[in-house]
Amino acid sequence: MLILREDLKNLLFCYFRKYGIIKYTRVEVNMDLIRLKNVEKKYKNGVTAIYDLNLAIEKGSFTFVIGGSGSGKSTLIKMLYREEKPTKGQIIVGGLDVAKLRNTKVYKLRRKLGIVFQDYRLLPKLTVYENVAFAMEVIGATKEVTRKNVLRALEEVGLKNKVHNYPDQLSGGEQQRVAIARAIVNNPKLLLCDEPTGNLDPERSLEIMKVLDGINKTRGTTIIMATHDKEIVNAMKKQVISLKDGHLVSFKKKGTYVDESI
Amino acid sequence: MRVFRMLGRSIRDAFKSVIRNFSLSLASISCITITLIIVAIAIMASFNVQNFTKEIEKDLTIVIFLNNDATEEDVDRVNKQLSQISNVDKNSITFESKQEVKQQMQEESEVFDTVLDEWDDEESPLKDTYQVKVKNVEKISETADKIKEIESVNTVRYGEGMVEKMVTAFSSIEKVTYGIVIALVIVTVFLIINTIKLTISARRREIGIMRLVGASNFTIKTPFIIEGMILGLLGSIVPVIFTTYGYLMFYKHFDGYLFTQLIQLIKPEPFIYSTSVIVIIIGILVGMVGSAGAVRKYLKI
Repeated sequence: MLILREDLKNLLFCYFRKYGIIKYTRVEVNMDLIRLKNVEKKYKNGVTAIYDLNLAIEKGSFTFVIGGSGSGKSTLIKMLYREEKPTKGQIIVGGLDVAKLRNTKVYKLRRKLGIVFQDYRLLPKLTVYENVAFAMEVIGATKEVTRKNVLRALEEVGLKNKVHNYPDQLSGGEQQRVAIARAIVNNPKLLLCDEPTGNLDPERSLEIMKVLDGINKTRGTTIIMATHDKEIVNAMKKQVISLKDGHLVSFKKKGTYVDESI
Repeated sequence: MRVFRMLGRSIRDAFKSVIRNFSLSLASISCITITLIIVAIAIMASFNVQNFTKEIEKDLTIVIFLNNDATEEDVDRVNKQLSQISNVDKNSITFESKQEVKQQMQEESEVFDTVLDEWDDEESPLKDTYQVKVKNVEKISETADKIKEIESVNTVRYGEGMVEKMVTAFSSIEKVTYGIVIALVIVTVFLIINTIKLTISARRREIGIMRLVGASNFTIKTPFIIEGMILGLLGSIVPVIFTTYGYLMFYKHFDGYLFTQLIQLIKPEPFIYSTSVIVIIIGILVGMVGSAGAVRKYLKI
Protein backbone atom coordinates (compact mmCIF):
# COMPACT_ATOMS: atom_id res chain seq x y z
CA MET A 1 0.00 0.00 0.00
CA LEU A 2 2.79 2.33 0.95
CA ILE A 3 4.73 1.57 -2.21
CA LEU A 4 1.65 2.21 -4.29
CA ARG A 5 1.20 5.65 -2.70
CA GLU A 6 4.80 6.56 -3.40
CA ASP A 7 4.43 5.54 -7.03
CA LEU A 8 1.29 7.60 -7.38
CA LYS A 9 3.12 10.60 -5.96
CA ASN A 10 5.92 10.15 -8.49
CA LEU A 11 3.44 9.87 -11.32
CA LEU A 12 1.72 13.05 -10.22
CA PHE A 13 5.00 14.94 -10.10
CA CYS A 14 5.87 13.79 -13.60
CA TYR A 15 2.49 14.94 -14.80
CA PHE A 16 2.79 18.33 -13.09
CA ARG A 17 6.25 18.87 -14.49
CA LYS A 18 5.12 18.03 -17.99
CA TYR A 19 2.37 20.61 -17.93
CA GLY A 20 4.48 23.23 -16.18
CA ILE A 21 2.61 23.23 -12.89
CA ILE A 22 5.86 22.53 -11.05
CA LYS A 23 8.81 24.36 -12.54
CA TYR A 24 11.82 22.65 -11.03
CA THR A 25 12.67 19.02 -10.53
CA ARG A 26 11.29 17.63 -7.33
CA VAL A 27 13.13 14.49 -6.45
CA GLU A 28 12.32 14.59 -2.75
CA VAL A 29 10.37 11.39 -2.53
CA ASN A 30 11.71 9.89 0.66
CA MET A 31 13.01 11.42 3.87
CA ASP A 32 16.39 12.47 2.44
CA LEU A 33 16.86 16.23 2.41
CA ILE A 34 20.22 16.12 0.70
CA ARG A 35 21.43 13.70 -1.94
CA LEU A 36 24.76 13.67 -3.69
CA LYS A 37 25.36 11.38 -6.64
CA ASN A 38 28.82 10.86 -8.11
CA VAL A 39 29.85 14.39 -7.23
CA GLU A 40 33.26 15.55 -8.32
CA LYS A 41 34.74 19.00 -7.88
CA LYS A 42 37.81 20.12 -9.73
CA TYR A 43 38.95 23.74 -9.30
CA LYS A 44 40.22 25.78 -12.21
CA ASN A 45 43.79 25.57 -10.95
CA GLY A 46 43.68 21.80 -11.44
CA VAL A 47 43.21 20.79 -7.82
CA THR A 48 40.53 18.19 -7.28
CA ALA A 49 38.80 18.80 -3.97
CA ILE A 50 36.15 16.06 -4.07
CA TYR A 51 36.30 12.69 -5.82
CA ASP A 52 33.14 10.74 -6.68
CA LEU A 53 31.10 11.44 -3.56
CA ASN A 54 27.78 9.73 -2.84
CA LEU A 55 25.77 10.82 0.17
CA ALA A 56 22.24 10.95 1.49
CA ILE A 57 21.39 13.00 4.55
CA GLU A 58 18.06 12.59 6.30
CA LYS A 59 15.65 15.32 7.24
CA GLY A 60 16.07 16.46 10.83
CA SER A 61 19.50 14.94 11.33
CA PHE A 62 22.61 16.52 12.84
CA THR A 63 25.73 15.72 10.84
CA PHE A 64 29.38 16.62 11.35
CA VAL A 65 31.73 16.81 8.40
CA ILE A 66 35.28 16.26 9.61
CA GLY A 67 38.68 16.09 8.05
CA GLY A 68 41.99 17.92 7.98
CA SER A 69 42.84 20.97 5.89
CA GLY A 70 42.42 20.24 2.20
CA SER A 71 40.16 17.29 2.86
CA GLY A 72 37.31 18.96 0.93
CA LYS A 73 34.90 19.62 3.79
CA SER A 74 34.63 23.33 3.05
CA THR A 75 34.15 22.58 -0.63
CA LEU A 76 31.34 20.17 0.24
CA ILE A 77 29.56 22.84 2.31
CA LYS A 78 30.11 25.46 -0.42
CA MET A 79 28.60 23.15 -3.02
CA LEU A 80 25.54 22.66 -0.83
CA TYR A 81 24.74 26.37 -0.88
CA ARG A 82 25.81 26.79 -4.49
CA GLU A 83 28.85 28.97 -3.85
CA GLU A 84 30.69 26.39 -5.95
CA LYS A 85 29.27 24.21 -8.71
CA PRO A 86 30.26 20.56 -8.94
CA THR A 87 32.15 19.65 -12.11
CA LYS A 88 30.37 16.30 -12.28
CA GLY A 89 27.39 14.64 -10.65
CA GLN A 90 24.12 15.68 -9.10
CA ILE A 91 23.39 17.51 -5.85
CA ILE A 92 19.83 17.74 -4.63
CA VAL A 93 18.97 19.95 -1.68
CA GLY A 94 15.36 20.17 -0.57
CA GLY A 95 14.11 19.14 -4.01
CA LEU A 96 16.27 21.61 -5.93
CA ASP A 97 18.87 20.38 -8.37
CA VAL A 98 21.70 22.59 -7.16
CA ALA A 99 24.17 21.81 -9.95
CA LYS A 100 21.71 22.91 -12.61
CA LEU A 101 20.52 25.99 -10.73
CA ARG A 102 21.07 29.13 -12.82
CA ASN A 103 22.90 32.02 -11.26
CA THR A 104 19.80 34.21 -11.23
CA LYS A 105 17.82 31.52 -9.40
CA VAL A 106 20.31 30.85 -6.61
CA TYR A 107 18.18 32.85 -4.18
CA LYS A 108 15.50 30.14 -4.35
CA LEU A 109 17.97 27.72 -2.79
CA ARG A 110 19.34 30.22 -0.30
CA ARG A 111 15.87 30.88 1.08
CA LYS A 112 15.60 27.23 2.01
CA LEU A 113 18.77 27.22 4.08
CA GLY A 114 20.70 29.21 6.66
CA ILE A 115 24.46 29.55 6.67
CA VAL A 116 26.86 30.25 9.55
CA PHE A 117 30.52 31.05 8.98
CA GLN A 118 33.66 31.06 11.06
CA ASP A 119 34.00 34.84 10.71
CA TYR A 120 30.33 35.63 11.65
CA ARG A 121 29.79 38.02 8.67
CA LEU A 122 27.64 40.54 10.52
CA LEU A 123 27.09 44.09 9.32
CA PRO A 124 29.01 46.35 11.75
CA LYS A 125 26.78 49.41 11.32
CA LEU A 126 23.56 47.59 12.20
CA THR A 127 22.40 46.57 15.67
CA VAL A 128 21.83 42.95 16.64
CA TYR A 129 18.13 43.28 15.88
CA GLU A 130 18.75 44.97 12.52
CA ASN A 131 21.33 42.36 11.55
CA VAL A 132 18.85 39.54 12.09
CA ALA A 133 15.96 41.50 10.58
CA PHE A 134 18.09 42.18 7.49
CA ALA A 135 17.66 38.56 6.38
CA MET A 136 13.88 38.96 6.46
CA GLU A 137 13.74 42.44 4.99
CA VAL A 138 15.60 41.53 1.83
CA ILE A 139 13.11 38.81 1.01
CA GLY A 140 10.25 41.23 1.52
CA ALA A 141 8.66 40.18 4.82
CA THR A 142 6.28 42.57 6.57
CA LYS A 143 7.42 44.48 9.67
CA GLU A 144 5.15 42.54 12.03
CA VAL A 145 6.28 39.12 10.83
CA THR A 146 9.90 40.28 10.87
CA ARG A 147 9.59 41.51 14.46
CA LYS A 148 7.97 38.32 15.65
CA ASN A 149 10.47 36.00 13.97
CA VAL A 150 13.53 38.06 14.90
CA LEU A 151 12.64 38.19 18.58
CA ARG A 152 11.89 34.47 18.59
CA ALA A 153 15.21 33.63 16.93
CA LEU A 154 17.15 35.91 19.31
CA GLU A 155 15.43 34.31 22.28
CA GLU A 156 16.41 30.89 21.02
CA VAL A 157 20.10 31.81 20.90
CA GLY A 158 19.82 33.58 24.28
CA LEU A 159 20.48 37.16 23.20
CA LYS A 160 17.16 38.81 23.84
CA ASN A 161 18.76 41.28 26.25
CA LYS A 162 21.32 42.53 23.70
CA VAL A 163 18.92 43.47 20.94
CA HIS A 164 20.12 47.07 20.66
CA ASN A 165 23.85 46.41 20.89
CA TYR A 166 26.21 46.68 17.95
CA PRO A 167 28.32 43.66 16.92
CA ASP A 168 31.58 45.21 18.15
CA GLN A 169 30.09 45.48 21.65
CA LEU A 170 29.63 41.70 21.79
CA SER A 171 32.03 38.85 22.47
CA GLY A 172 32.95 36.40 19.73
CA GLY A 173 30.56 33.76 21.02
CA GLU A 174 27.72 36.27 21.17
CA GLN A 175 28.45 37.49 17.65
CA GLN A 176 28.34 33.91 16.41
CA ARG A 177 24.98 33.46 18.13
CA VAL A 178 23.67 36.54 16.33
CA ALA A 179 24.84 34.96 13.08
CA ILE A 180 22.98 31.76 14.00
CA ALA A 181 19.84 33.75 14.79
CA ARG A 182 20.11 35.40 11.37
CA ALA A 183 20.52 32.00 9.72
CA ILE A 184 17.41 30.50 11.34
CA VAL A 185 15.11 33.53 11.27
CA ASN A 186 13.54 32.50 7.96
CA ASN A 187 12.74 29.00 9.27
CA PRO A 188 15.06 27.14 6.91
CA LYS A 189 14.92 23.39 6.53
CA LEU A 190 18.69 23.18 6.54
CA LEU A 191 21.39 24.94 8.54
CA LEU A 192 24.92 24.81 7.13
CA CYS A 193 27.79 25.67 9.46
CA ASP A 194 31.31 26.10 8.17
CA GLU A 195 33.61 25.84 11.22
CA PRO A 196 31.37 27.98 13.44
CA THR A 197 33.55 27.40 16.49
CA GLY A 198 36.85 27.95 14.70
CA ASN A 199 37.48 31.32 16.35
CA LEU A 200 36.17 30.47 19.79
CA ASP A 201 37.60 28.99 22.97
CA PRO A 202 36.27 25.56 24.13
CA GLU A 203 33.75 27.01 26.60
CA ARG A 204 32.17 29.36 24.06
CA SER A 205 32.27 26.56 21.51
CA LEU A 206 30.23 24.38 23.81
CA GLU A 207 27.68 27.17 24.21
CA ILE A 208 27.34 27.42 20.44
CA MET A 209 26.91 23.66 20.20
CA LYS A 210 24.14 23.77 22.79
CA VAL A 211 22.35 26.43 20.79
CA LEU A 212 22.70 24.40 17.56
CA ASP A 213 21.53 21.22 19.26
CA GLY A 214 18.52 23.10 20.63
CA ILE A 215 17.61 24.35 17.17
CA ASN A 216 17.95 20.83 15.80
CA LYS A 217 15.64 19.45 18.48
CA THR A 218 12.99 22.16 18.79
CA ARG A 219 12.71 23.26 15.17
CA GLY A 220 13.65 19.97 13.54
CA THR A 221 16.14 21.81 11.36
CA THR A 222 18.63 19.60 9.60
CA ILE A 223 22.15 20.72 10.55
CA ILE A 224 25.37 20.03 8.71
CA MET A 225 28.49 21.32 10.38
CA ALA A 226 32.04 21.21 9.12
CA THR A 227 34.61 21.22 11.91
CA HIS A 228 38.00 19.96 12.95
CA ASP A 229 37.30 20.27 16.67
CA LYS A 230 37.84 16.79 18.08
CA GLU A 231 36.30 17.43 21.51
CA ILE A 232 33.04 18.76 20.13
CA VAL A 233 32.54 15.83 17.80
CA ASN A 234 33.30 13.33 20.52
CA ALA A 235 31.06 15.05 23.04
CA MET A 236 28.00 15.43 20.78
CA LYS A 237 27.77 11.85 19.50
CA LYS A 238 26.05 12.70 16.21
CA GLN A 239 26.49 11.18 12.79
CA VAL A 240 29.87 11.89 11.28
CA ILE A 241 31.06 12.13 7.70
CA SER A 242 34.83 11.99 7.54
CA LEU A 243 36.71 13.07 4.47
CA LYS A 244 40.35 12.70 3.54
CA ASP A 245 41.96 14.24 0.47
CA GLY A 246 38.59 14.49 -1.22
CA HIS A 247 37.54 10.90 -0.58
CA LEU A 248 34.78 9.74 1.73
CA VAL A 249 36.45 7.70 4.48
CA SER A 250 33.44 6.83 6.62
CA PHE A 251 29.86 7.79 7.36
CA LYS A 252 28.91 6.68 10.86
CA LYS A 253 25.92 7.13 13.10
CA LYS A 254 27.04 8.31 16.55
CA GLY A 255 30.56 8.66 15.27
CA THR A 256 33.68 9.97 16.91
CA TYR A 257 36.72 11.74 15.59
CA VAL A 258 38.89 8.97 14.22
CA ASP A 259 42.56 9.78 14.25
CA GLU A 260 43.39 8.15 10.95
CA SER A 261 41.01 10.42 9.13
CA ILE A 262 42.95 13.55 9.97
CA MET B 1 2.05 44.21 -2.01
CA ARG B 2 5.44 42.56 -1.47
CA VAL B 3 6.78 44.28 -4.58
CA PHE B 4 5.78 47.68 -3.21
CA ARG B 5 7.42 46.93 0.14
CA MET B 6 10.62 45.95 -1.63
CA LEU B 7 10.44 49.02 -3.83
CA GLY B 8 10.03 51.22 -0.75
CA ARG B 9 13.09 49.60 0.77
CA SER B 10 15.06 50.15 -2.44
CA ILE B 11 14.13 53.82 -2.58
CA ARG B 12 15.04 54.28 1.10
CA ASP B 13 18.38 52.55 0.55
CA ALA B 14 19.09 54.63 -2.54
CA PHE B 15 18.49 57.91 -0.67
CA LYS B 16 20.62 56.68 2.24
CA SER B 17 23.43 55.86 -0.15
CA VAL B 18 23.22 59.24 -1.87
CA ILE B 19 23.49 61.00 1.50
CA ARG B 20 26.15 58.66 2.90
CA ASN B 21 28.46 59.13 -0.09
CA PHE B 22 27.57 62.79 -0.34
CA SER B 23 30.83 64.14 -1.80
CA LEU B 24 30.86 61.48 -4.47
CA SER B 25 27.18 62.02 -5.24
CA LEU B 26 27.82 65.75 -5.45
CA ALA B 27 30.59 65.14 -7.97
CA SER B 28 28.37 63.15 -10.30
CA ILE B 29 25.40 65.47 -9.74
CA SER B 30 27.50 68.46 -10.80
CA CYS B 31 28.74 66.51 -13.80
CA ILE B 32 25.20 65.73 -14.85
CA THR B 33 24.28 69.37 -14.23
CA ILE B 34 26.99 70.69 -16.53
CA THR B 35 26.19 68.15 -19.22
CA LEU B 36 22.48 68.84 -19.03
CA ILE B 37 23.01 72.61 -19.24
CA ILE B 38 24.93 72.12 -22.46
CA VAL B 39 22.36 69.60 -23.66
CA ALA B 40 19.62 72.13 -22.90
CA ILE B 41 21.43 74.87 -24.81
CA ALA B 42 21.95 72.49 -27.72
CA ILE B 43 18.31 71.45 -27.69
CA MET B 44 17.09 75.04 -27.64
CA ALA B 45 19.55 76.09 -30.32
CA SER B 46 18.69 73.23 -32.64
CA PHE B 47 14.94 73.72 -32.20
CA ASN B 48 15.35 77.41 -32.95
CA VAL B 49 17.46 76.68 -36.01
CA GLN B 50 14.89 74.19 -37.23
CA ASN B 51 12.10 76.66 -36.67
CA PHE B 52 14.02 79.40 -38.38
CA THR B 53 14.95 77.35 -41.43
CA LYS B 54 11.34 76.30 -41.76
CA GLU B 55 10.22 79.92 -41.61
CA ILE B 56 12.74 80.93 -44.24
CA GLU B 57 11.79 78.04 -46.45
CA LYS B 58 8.16 79.08 -46.16
CA ASP B 59 8.96 82.61 -47.25
CA LEU B 60 11.33 81.70 -50.05
CA THR B 61 9.69 82.56 -53.37
CA ILE B 62 10.83 82.70 -56.95
CA VAL B 63 9.64 85.80 -58.79
CA ILE B 64 9.22 85.42 -62.53
CA PHE B 65 9.07 88.51 -64.74
CA LEU B 66 7.50 87.99 -68.13
CA ASN B 67 8.40 89.90 -71.33
CA ASN B 68 6.74 93.27 -71.77
CA ASP B 69 4.98 92.12 -74.93
CA ALA B 70 3.51 88.98 -73.35
CA THR B 71 -0.06 88.43 -74.42
CA GLU B 72 -2.79 86.87 -72.36
CA GLU B 73 -2.22 83.52 -74.10
CA ASP B 74 1.44 83.71 -73.17
CA VAL B 75 0.48 84.26 -69.54
CA ASP B 76 -1.76 81.19 -69.51
CA ARG B 77 0.88 79.07 -71.27
CA VAL B 78 3.54 80.05 -68.73
CA ASN B 79 1.17 79.11 -65.90
CA LYS B 80 0.69 75.65 -67.41
CA GLN B 81 4.39 75.14 -67.98
CA LEU B 82 5.20 76.27 -64.43
CA SER B 83 2.84 73.74 -62.92
CA GLN B 84 4.51 71.01 -64.96
CA ILE B 85 7.86 71.55 -63.17
CA SER B 86 8.01 68.96 -60.40
CA ASN B 87 9.66 71.05 -57.69
CA VAL B 88 7.14 73.88 -58.04
CA ASP B 89 4.38 73.97 -55.47
CA LYS B 90 1.29 74.19 -57.71
CA ASN B 91 -0.96 75.78 -55.10
CA SER B 92 1.49 78.60 -54.53
CA ILE B 93 1.53 79.98 -58.09
CA THR B 94 0.19 83.53 -57.95
CA PHE B 95 -0.09 85.96 -60.81
CA GLU B 96 0.12 89.74 -60.70
CA SER B 97 -0.57 91.66 -63.86
CA LYS B 98 1.12 94.94 -64.77
CA GLN B 99 -1.92 96.84 -63.66
CA GLU B 100 -2.00 95.19 -60.27
CA VAL B 101 1.69 95.87 -59.73
CA LYS B 102 1.19 99.44 -60.77
CA GLN B 103 -1.73 99.90 -58.41
CA GLN B 104 0.24 98.41 -55.52
CA MET B 105 3.18 100.66 -56.14
CA GLN B 106 0.98 103.72 -56.43
CA GLU B 107 -0.60 102.93 -53.12
CA GLU B 108 2.80 102.55 -51.57
CA SER B 109 4.13 106.08 -52.18
CA GLU B 110 3.18 109.41 -53.71
CA VAL B 111 6.34 109.55 -55.84
CA PHE B 112 5.49 106.31 -57.55
CA ASP B 113 1.92 107.48 -57.86
CA THR B 114 2.79 110.54 -59.94
CA VAL B 115 5.53 108.86 -61.99
CA LEU B 116 3.52 105.81 -62.86
CA ASP B 117 0.45 107.85 -63.75
CA GLU B 118 2.23 109.21 -66.81
CA TRP B 119 2.56 105.78 -68.41
CA ASP B 120 -0.32 103.93 -69.90
CA ASP B 121 -0.42 100.17 -70.18
CA GLU B 122 1.40 99.99 -73.52
CA GLU B 123 4.52 101.87 -72.62
CA SER B 124 4.73 100.89 -68.97
CA PRO B 125 8.14 99.43 -67.96
CA LEU B 126 6.44 97.22 -65.44
CA LYS B 127 6.10 93.54 -66.21
CA ASP B 128 3.54 90.82 -65.52
CA THR B 129 4.90 88.65 -62.69
CA TYR B 130 4.42 85.16 -61.30
CA GLN B 131 5.34 84.23 -57.75
CA VAL B 132 6.14 80.60 -57.11
CA LYS B 133 7.15 78.61 -54.05
CA VAL B 134 9.26 75.48 -54.23
CA LYS B 135 8.86 72.20 -52.42
CA ASN B 136 12.57 71.56 -51.84
CA VAL B 137 14.63 74.64 -51.05
CA GLU B 138 17.96 72.98 -51.72
CA LYS B 139 17.04 72.54 -55.42
CA ILE B 140 15.83 76.11 -55.82
CA SER B 141 18.58 77.13 -58.26
CA GLU B 142 17.89 74.21 -60.63
CA THR B 143 14.22 75.04 -60.60
CA ALA B 144 14.99 78.67 -61.34
CA ASP B 145 17.12 77.60 -64.32
CA LYS B 146 14.27 75.48 -65.67
CA ILE B 147 11.85 78.36 -65.34
CA LYS B 148 14.25 80.63 -67.23
CA GLU B 149 14.02 78.34 -70.27
CA ILE B 150 10.27 78.82 -70.58
CA GLU B 151 9.35 81.02 -73.55
CA SER B 152 8.46 84.67 -72.89
CA VAL B 153 10.01 84.57 -69.40
CA ASN B 154 12.26 87.57 -69.07
CA THR B 155 13.99 87.31 -65.71
CA VAL B 156 13.84 84.95 -62.70
CA ARG B 157 14.75 86.15 -59.24
CA TYR B 158 15.13 84.55 -55.82
CA GLY B 159 17.51 85.33 -52.94
CA GLU B 160 20.39 83.81 -54.87
CA GLY B 161 23.44 82.76 -52.89
CA MET B 162 22.74 84.39 -49.55
CA VAL B 163 19.74 82.28 -48.57
CA GLU B 164 21.34 79.03 -49.62
CA LYS B 165 24.50 79.73 -47.63
CA MET B 166 22.48 80.57 -44.54
CA VAL B 167 20.47 77.36 -44.74
CA THR B 168 23.54 75.15 -45.16
CA ALA B 169 25.39 76.98 -42.37
CA PHE B 170 22.54 76.49 -39.95
CA SER B 171 22.09 72.83 -40.82
CA SER B 172 25.79 72.17 -40.21
CA ILE B 173 25.55 73.99 -36.87
CA GLU B 174 22.67 71.70 -36.01
CA LYS B 175 24.72 68.60 -36.83
CA VAL B 176 27.64 69.80 -34.70
CA THR B 177 25.37 70.44 -31.71
CA TYR B 178 23.91 66.95 -32.03
CA GLY B 179 27.44 65.53 -32.02
CA ILE B 180 28.40 67.50 -28.90
CA VAL B 181 25.25 66.41 -27.09
CA ILE B 182 25.82 62.73 -27.84
CA ALA B 183 29.48 62.91 -26.77
CA LEU B 184 28.57 64.62 -23.49
CA VAL B 185 25.84 62.14 -22.70
CA ILE B 186 28.31 59.27 -23.18
CA VAL B 187 30.90 60.95 -20.92
CA THR B 188 28.28 61.45 -18.21
CA VAL B 189 27.16 57.83 -18.43
CA PHE B 190 30.76 56.77 -17.77
CA LEU B 191 31.03 59.15 -14.82
CA ILE B 192 27.89 57.71 -13.28
CA ILE B 193 29.17 54.18 -13.86
CA ASN B 194 32.23 55.13 -11.80
CA THR B 195 30.22 56.74 -9.01
CA ILE B 196 27.91 53.76 -8.65
CA LYS B 197 30.89 51.39 -8.80
CA LEU B 198 32.36 53.15 -5.78
CA THR B 199 29.11 52.94 -3.82
CA ILE B 200 28.87 49.28 -4.75
CA SER B 201 32.39 48.51 -3.60
CA ALA B 202 31.65 50.30 -0.33
CA ARG B 203 28.75 47.90 0.15
CA ARG B 204 30.33 44.68 -1.08
CA ARG B 205 30.03 43.00 2.30
CA GLU B 206 26.38 43.88 2.56
CA ILE B 207 25.72 42.58 -0.94
CA GLY B 208 27.51 39.32 -0.14
CA ILE B 209 25.33 38.81 2.92
CA MET B 210 22.22 39.72 0.93
CA ARG B 211 23.13 36.97 -1.53
CA LEU B 212 23.63 34.50 1.29
CA VAL B 213 20.33 35.14 3.00
CA GLY B 214 18.39 34.74 -0.24
CA ALA B 215 17.86 38.18 -1.75
CA SER B 216 17.07 37.94 -5.46
CA ASN B 217 19.31 39.71 -7.95
CA PHE B 218 16.49 42.12 -8.69
CA THR B 219 16.36 43.13 -5.01
CA ILE B 220 20.09 43.70 -4.92
CA LYS B 221 20.24 45.70 -8.14
CA THR B 222 17.20 47.95 -7.77
CA PRO B 223 18.62 50.28 -5.05
CA PHE B 224 21.65 51.08 -7.21
CA ILE B 225 19.56 51.77 -10.29
CA ILE B 226 17.24 53.98 -8.26
CA GLU B 227 20.31 55.74 -6.86
CA GLY B 228 21.41 56.51 -10.41
CA MET B 229 17.96 57.85 -11.22
CA ILE B 230 18.03 60.08 -8.12
CA LEU B 231 21.45 61.42 -9.13
CA GLY B 232 20.06 62.15 -12.61
CA LEU B 233 16.98 63.84 -11.20
CA LEU B 234 18.98 65.98 -8.75
CA GLY B 235 21.40 66.84 -11.55
CA SER B 236 18.59 68.14 -13.74
CA ILE B 237 17.25 70.70 -11.23
CA VAL B 238 19.72 73.46 -12.09
CA PRO B 239 19.49 72.90 -15.86
CA VAL B 240 15.70 73.11 -15.69
CA ILE B 241 15.87 76.44 -13.84
CA PHE B 242 18.50 77.54 -16.32
CA THR B 243 16.36 76.68 -19.34
CA THR B 244 13.18 78.27 -18.07
CA TYR B 245 14.63 81.54 -16.77
CA GLY B 246 17.56 81.70 -19.17
CA TYR B 247 15.44 81.36 -22.27
CA LEU B 248 12.80 83.78 -20.96
CA MET B 249 15.47 86.42 -20.32
CA PHE B 250 17.14 85.73 -23.64
CA TYR B 251 13.84 86.08 -25.46
CA LYS B 252 12.94 89.32 -23.69
CA HIS B 253 16.39 90.78 -24.20
CA PHE B 254 16.28 90.29 -27.96
CA ASP B 255 12.55 91.01 -28.30
CA GLY B 256 11.98 87.70 -30.01
CA TYR B 257 14.40 88.37 -32.87
CA LEU B 258 18.04 87.47 -33.22
CA PHE B 259 20.14 90.15 -35.04
CA THR B 260 17.59 90.72 -37.83
CA GLN B 261 13.86 90.52 -38.21
CA LEU B 262 14.53 87.49 -40.37
CA ILE B 263 15.64 85.21 -37.52
CA GLN B 264 12.62 84.70 -35.33
CA LEU B 265 12.95 82.94 -31.96
CA ILE B 266 10.42 80.34 -30.79
CA LYS B 267 7.91 81.76 -28.32
CA PRO B 268 8.95 80.70 -24.78
CA GLU B 269 5.58 79.69 -23.36
CA PRO B 270 5.14 76.01 -24.20
CA PHE B 271 8.70 75.67 -25.46
CA ILE B 272 10.54 76.02 -22.13
CA TYR B 273 8.27 73.47 -20.49
CA SER B 274 8.76 70.85 -23.15
CA THR B 275 12.52 71.47 -23.08
CA SER B 276 12.55 71.09 -19.28
CA VAL B 277 10.69 67.80 -19.53
CA ILE B 278 13.15 66.56 -22.15
CA VAL B 279 16.09 67.62 -19.94
CA ILE B 280 14.66 65.82 -16.88
CA ILE B 281 13.99 62.67 -18.89
CA ILE B 282 17.52 62.71 -20.32
CA GLY B 283 18.93 63.19 -16.79
CA ILE B 284 16.99 60.28 -15.33
CA LEU B 285 17.75 58.02 -18.28
CA VAL B 286 21.45 58.84 -18.19
CA GLY B 287 21.54 58.08 -14.45
CA MET B 288 19.65 54.85 -14.93
CA VAL B 289 21.73 53.60 -17.86
CA GLY B 290 24.95 54.51 -16.07
CA SER B 291 24.07 52.70 -12.87
CA ALA B 292 22.64 49.69 -14.71
CA GLY B 293 25.96 49.42 -16.55
CA ALA B 294 27.93 49.64 -13.30
CA VAL B 295 25.72 47.09 -11.56
CA ARG B 296 26.02 44.67 -14.46
CA LYS B 297 29.77 45.03 -14.70
CA TYR B 298 30.55 45.09 -11.03
CA LEU B 299 28.09 42.77 -9.34
CA LYS B 300 28.31 39.90 -11.84
CA ILE B 301 25.49 38.08 -10.13
